[in-house]
Amino acid sequence: MRDVAVIGVGMQKWGELWEKSLRDIFTESALLAIDDAGVDHIDAMYVGCMSSGLFVGQEHLGCVLSDYLGMGPIPSLRVETACASGGAAFRQACLDVASGAHEIVLAGGVEKMTDVDGGGATFALSTAADAEYEVYQGVTFPGLYAMMAVAHMHQHGTTRDQLSHVAVKNHKNGSKNPLAQYPFEVTVQQVAESILVADPLTILDCSPITDGGAAAIVCSLDAAKRLSKKQPVKVLASAHATDSIALHSRRDISWLSAVEKAGQSAYKDAGLGPRDINFVEVHDCFTIAEICVIEALGFFERGKGGRGAESGETAVGGRIPVNPSGGLKSKGHPVGATGVAQIIETVKQLRGDCGERQVKGAKIGMTQNMGGTGGSCVVHILGSV
Amino acid sequence: MSTSARYWREIPQRYRLEAAKCTKCGKQHFPPRIVCDKCGNRSFEKIVLPDTGKLVTHTVIRIAPSDFSTEAPYAMGIAELEGGVRLTAQIADVDFDELKVGMPVKIEFRRIREEGEAGILCYGYKFVPVR
Repeated sequence: MRDVAVIGVGMQKWGELWEKSLRDIFTESALLAIDDAGVDHIDAMYVGCMSSGLFVGQEHLGCVLSDYLGMGPIPSLRVETACASGGAAFRQACLDVASGAHEIVLAGGVEKMTDVDGGGATFALSTAADAEYEVYQGVTFPGLYAMMAVAHMHQHGTTRDQLSHVAVKNHKNGSKNPLAQYPFEVTVQQVAESILVADPLTILDCSPITDGGAAAIVCSLDAAKRLSKKQPVKVLASAHATDSIALHSRRDISWLSAVEKAGQSAYKDAGLGPRDINFVEVHDCFTIAEICVIEALGFFERGKGGRGAESGETAVGGRIPVNPSGGLKSKGHPVGATGVAQIIETVKQLRGDCGERQVKGAKIGMTQNMGGTGGSCVVHILGSV
Repeated sequence: MSTSARYWREIPQRYRLEAAKCTKCGKQHFPPRIVCDKCGNRSFEKIVLPDTGKLVTHTVIRIAPSDFSTEAPYAMGIAELEGGVRLTAQIADVDFDELKVGMPVKIEFRRIREEGEAGILCYGYKFVPVR
């Protein structure tokens, strides 16, 4: 397999983009990535999107998006694995290049979530859980993660304040990210006292409903040295693992074994361990998710993830900065685009382009993108060349 | 809105808690599966799950899906039944302050929701505290 590099990234500000359609949002991000790479064509594309069918009534996205991107009759495929669709699309693009099938491949992600009302969005998102044995009973995604939080608090003594500190830290980082949907800061008290969505999670423990796109251009490392206008970033590892669809099928409700497995596989492929990672972008769809993920990736001992944000260890400038971009919490969570946006933040950090939220001297970064309650997980490790 | 087949297909599980026990390793599956995820065996014995268990975790849904919006707020939990099978269900007839990991619950047959304005009346299991 060939070594793979990222040579271009593109993303516009996320939010409630009332004037823009799904195809506009994707195309604008894709063109930014193509221009950033300085290439005049792409040979294939993979686009992560969780549920364009339920959000805007459009399937067959591979065709729609390559048509509107205007790059000719190239192979184009939509990739779906719930909220991990973007990470999975990036992984498919890397595997495509590594195999030698294509030379310059676009990995994109997009979700247009505000064309349906709140009930419609809640329903579309709920399809990432077990439709017949979880959703049928009346559970929501905040409800499922709330049950993970209650289990974590019961087993490990994690506190309400520790959940709040995750939101405080990520909003602080996001306040320095001009592309974030909610670039404002919050306090521990505000998080705890905002309205309850599913006990103990409040609205400020939850990532928002977002419209947004993201795209990256990958090619072989050899071609990158020839083509790239900027310093290429090497893909050191790409891993994917799955777990049960239903949260109740897991022996430990708050342990994310797909995250653990994908993380271990990525570390092995890169010949690295948690201590070698300079920063990580994780899937903080809810504050409790970040706590569980940083344990499963080996940055904190099992049960100790709650201390991460509270102690400052996961802040920019701390022992292991987590979500310097602001994470899903502040940056937003257009489901299918999230995994690609994590790659974009990582590339920008490794290029040293992150301004006030820059992790100083960053050489190796990790991304972790998951679907459902952790039923799917995609992990990448990227490094400076 | 779904066809009635999608509803009645699950009736043995939702009304009668019918499950499958692997004839090789003994693992209990709810709902039944075609292949055992523990040992790979493909033959099962039909069993009925016990109707008592303990809460493993819980929450209160304050912002509900559209079909449940008139019910909110309502409690939900995951319970482990004797034999090891775990289920997700609403917890009925409970004060939210009472909710506790380890709380004993029994399973009762209840109305779950109405599917849309003129759709199927959906029934199934809910947990009720054992007092």
